[in-house]
Amino acid sequence: MNHLQRVLFVTLSCFILSAALVPSSWSAPVQQKNLILATTTSTQDSGLLDVLIPMFEKQTGYFVKTISVGSGQAMKMGEKGEADVLLVHSPEAEKAFMGQGFGVNRKLVMHNDFLLLGPASDPAKIHGAKSAAEALKKIAQSGALFLSRGDNSGTHAKEKGLWKAAGIAPEGQKWFQETGLGMGETLNVAAEKHGYLLSDRGTYLALNKKRHLGLEILVAGEPKLLNIYHVIEVNPAKWPKVNAPGAKAFSDFMVAAPTQALISHFGTKEFGSPLFFPDAGKTE
Amino acid sequence: MDLILEGLVKAFQLLASLDPEVLGIAMLSLKVSGLATLFSLVFGIGFGTLIALTRFPGKKILVSLVNTGMGLPPVVVGLFVSILLWRNGPLGFMELLYTPSAIIIAQSVIATPIVMGITIAAMQQLPANLRLQILALGATRTQLVWMLIKEARLPLMAGVMAGFGGVISEVGASIMVGGNVKGYTRVLTTATVMETGRGNFDVAIALSLILLLFCFLINYVLTYIQQRERPR
Amino acid sequence: MNQPANVLDLKDLKVSRGGVRILEIPSFSLRENEFVSLIGPNGAGKSTLLLAIMGLIQSESGSVRHRGQEILSDASRLAFRRKIAMVLQEPLLFDSTVYENVASGLKIRGVGRAETHDRVQNYLERFKLSDLARRSARKLSGGEARRVSLARAFAVEPEIIFFDEPFANLDAPTRQSLTEDMDRIIRDQGIAAILVTHDQSEALRLSSRVVVLNCGRVVQDGSPAAVMNAPVNEFVANFVGMETILEGVVLSNLEQQMAVRVGEHEIDAIGSPLQGEAVYCCIRPENVTVSVIDPAHTTSARNVFPARIVEISSLGPFLKLRLDCGFPLTSFVTRESFATLGLSQGGRVYASFKATSVHPISKRGRVG
Repeated sequence: MNHLQRVLFVTLSCFILSAALVPSSWSAPVQQKNLILATTTSTQDSGLLDVLIPMFEKQTGYFVKTISVGSGQAMKMGEKGEADVLLVHSPEAEKAFMGQGFGVNRKLVMHNDFLLLGPASDPAKIHGAKSAAEALKKIAQSGALFLSRGDNSGTHAKEKGLWKAAGIAPEGQKWFQETGLGMGETLNVAAEKHGYLLSDRGTYLALNKKRHLGLEILVAGEPKLLNIYHVIEVNPAKWPKVNAPGAKAFSDFMVAAPTQALISHFGTKEFGSPLFFPDAGKTE
Repeated sequence: MDLILEGLVKAFQLLASLDPEVLGIAMLSLKVSGLATLFSLVFGIGFGTLIALTRFPGKKILVSLVNTGMGLPPVVVGLFVSILLWRNGPLGFMELLYTPSAIIIAQSVIATPIVMGITIAAMQQLPANLRLQILALGATRTQLVWMLIKEARLPLMAGVMAGFGGVISEVGASIMVGGNVKGYTRVLTTATVMETGRGNFDVAIALSLILLLFCFLINYVLTYIQQRERPR
Repeated sequence: MNQPANVLDLKDLKVSRGGVRILEIPSFSLRENEFVSLIGPNGAGKSTLLLAIMGLIQSESGSVRHRGQEILSDASRLAFRRKIAMVLQEPLLFDSTVYENVASGLKIRGVGRAETHDRVQNYLERFKLSDLARRSARKLSGGEARRVSLARAFAVEPEIIFFDEPFANLDAPTRQSLTEDMDRIIRDQGIAAILVTHDQSEALRLSSRVVVLNCGRVVQDGSPAAVMNAPVNEFVANFVGMETILEGVVLSNLEQQMAVRVGEHEIDAIGSPLQGEAVYCCIRPENVTVSVIDPAHTTSARNVFPARIVEISSLGPFLKLRLDCGFPLTSFVTRESFATLGLSQGGRVYASFKATSVHPISKRGRVG
């Protein structure tokens, strides 16, 4: 064979050789054993999944790929059939998702709550406010610094809802700053700048334990501040390629009694109180 | 300020104690980027030499394309590779998305033009008559190519190092096609982004230090290579 | 005619580039032990000829035979190249040690380690490189690098060796000693050689045959003396350094003794152009003697003319004098003579040259 053919042959064989060198454990396992779980960063960051996923994998033999993105993106993945099961906390968007037929078997899993945090000095004097709306109005009126995630995550969606309920449009105002960052980072920014922000309890507690943030819980416990998690299986009728049995197994697992018990204890040792409250089977 | 100091202290503690998760992430980075570099070495030097040593119509356009490829933003590569690998994409049946193999593929796409471009430049910079001299010594075509590659071995090595440096420090493609799955596709760069987002600066700094170490080693070798002269 | 004794036979070799014919050699042969110098102006096709013989550039048509065997086909080209060696203008050494460089030709041919070692040691010694065997090729001086490239070429013990201006960038003493070493080996081993050079004295010294190329064609092919002293036409004459070329008409020719009218004067010459022919008279400046007193009685030269020094220019150890004898004449004198004779610009002198120094060329280009 001539020069060109010889070169092509050698290169092709090297290509095949190096592909063969890829360890067999990395070659894609059989489809049925892979499960793609799309969830949110705050769920991942709390560390809960680091406990639950290995348990689930051991019990069922599935290999779970946890992809943490914002709630918005997670649901988009579900819409495209690129994920098998979702664990999200953005109820309004979820209802639309279900309404369009992208998901089946939406089940309530757990909840935790959001907190309105701020500097100890509390310049806007929101401590003791009876509702989130009242607190937000005070912040807007006093022009105190407020940090928003601004990234269409579940937390951000919640926050936008609260501003709307309070009848305030904060975008563009000087005291309203959008970081576009994750929850942990935004907490850090608020700590540095002595600003107010909305955060979920889990991330706050975890971060505060590592380094004292200097932010106080100023408003909490209001029903509107509840952060509710659902597990949704992606509709196999729309996307035949999804791992429907795997999704169902995960969904069942999340609401099973032992799992729920584990959820109720998660974090108590470290933080004094649990980070999540199991809700399976309850009505909303 | 104390944020950084605190982070540095904790980072050294993590490294000194050989924290298994941190080490695991570092090893995975090396393996994934190493394999991608190996692939780019074979393909890049192979095709680069072929392009440099042969004359064909459209050669200039091809070389420009390769050079453009050298500057491909990794995140763009990540986007296109993930589109290919999506379940509903053309290669979805291969089930490669969110696996280390996907990262290797994306990083190979990033590194190969780098190695190829530098190979082409290096081979074309060999003295014009060297080829004649080698043929005059009675070399076969294969011997000729092999001897030319040996002569250019230093800049070729620099190209491979540049390719490796480029992929071990990229994050855009790794996140998109890898998914940052714990213990599976979490590499130094993606882990650093995640830990920073969580506010875990100590871990983020520890990971960054390791990454910096790799970059320093690469550059050290590159600098050493650059300082050597050519024979007459 | 293909005699098996011929090391090389070229027939109808034609090379074109970009549609332009750059080399056209109807025939050319190289015999055993022959040392041929190839001279000519830049762009004449000298390097092209070497590369075409080796098949390193594509020739349009023609054949090249080595001992009767055609060597331009793909299969035989490689076999031929392994019997010869080529040295180019730059040393083109490899990025390794001197030893490795000298051994490279042998390695390519698959020669065994022991024999390679012996041969490399042998040629390192011959080129005075034994001490440098372990030195990296990057750290050599110009002369040392050149010696390594020569050792590399000779180590393969070729039948023919091709040189393309190998000593171009070296200083005179280095050139001298290298050519001597090289010459000795070539003679000892009976290697045939083709040397492309710009240095005509080198061509004279080393070769048994000089070939003049111009515009891709062979203009003259003969012994060094023939080319230098009996150039076949005006181009060659100019090229080989005949400073004085005078136009004239042959007045008489009796048994090769000629009288030629040049302008107002008559010059005695030796040659064959016949009476009435228009000729060029070529006179080498080294053959023109300058004196201040009329040498008519002391010299045997038949041509003596009073002259005026028109211009003096420096030419290394010599001074070039342009004289006006009624026709232009160029002479070389040593600086000493110049001083001794007390010459100066505008000064009046006598210029003399023998009839045998005048080489007449028929204006139509035939050898005189």
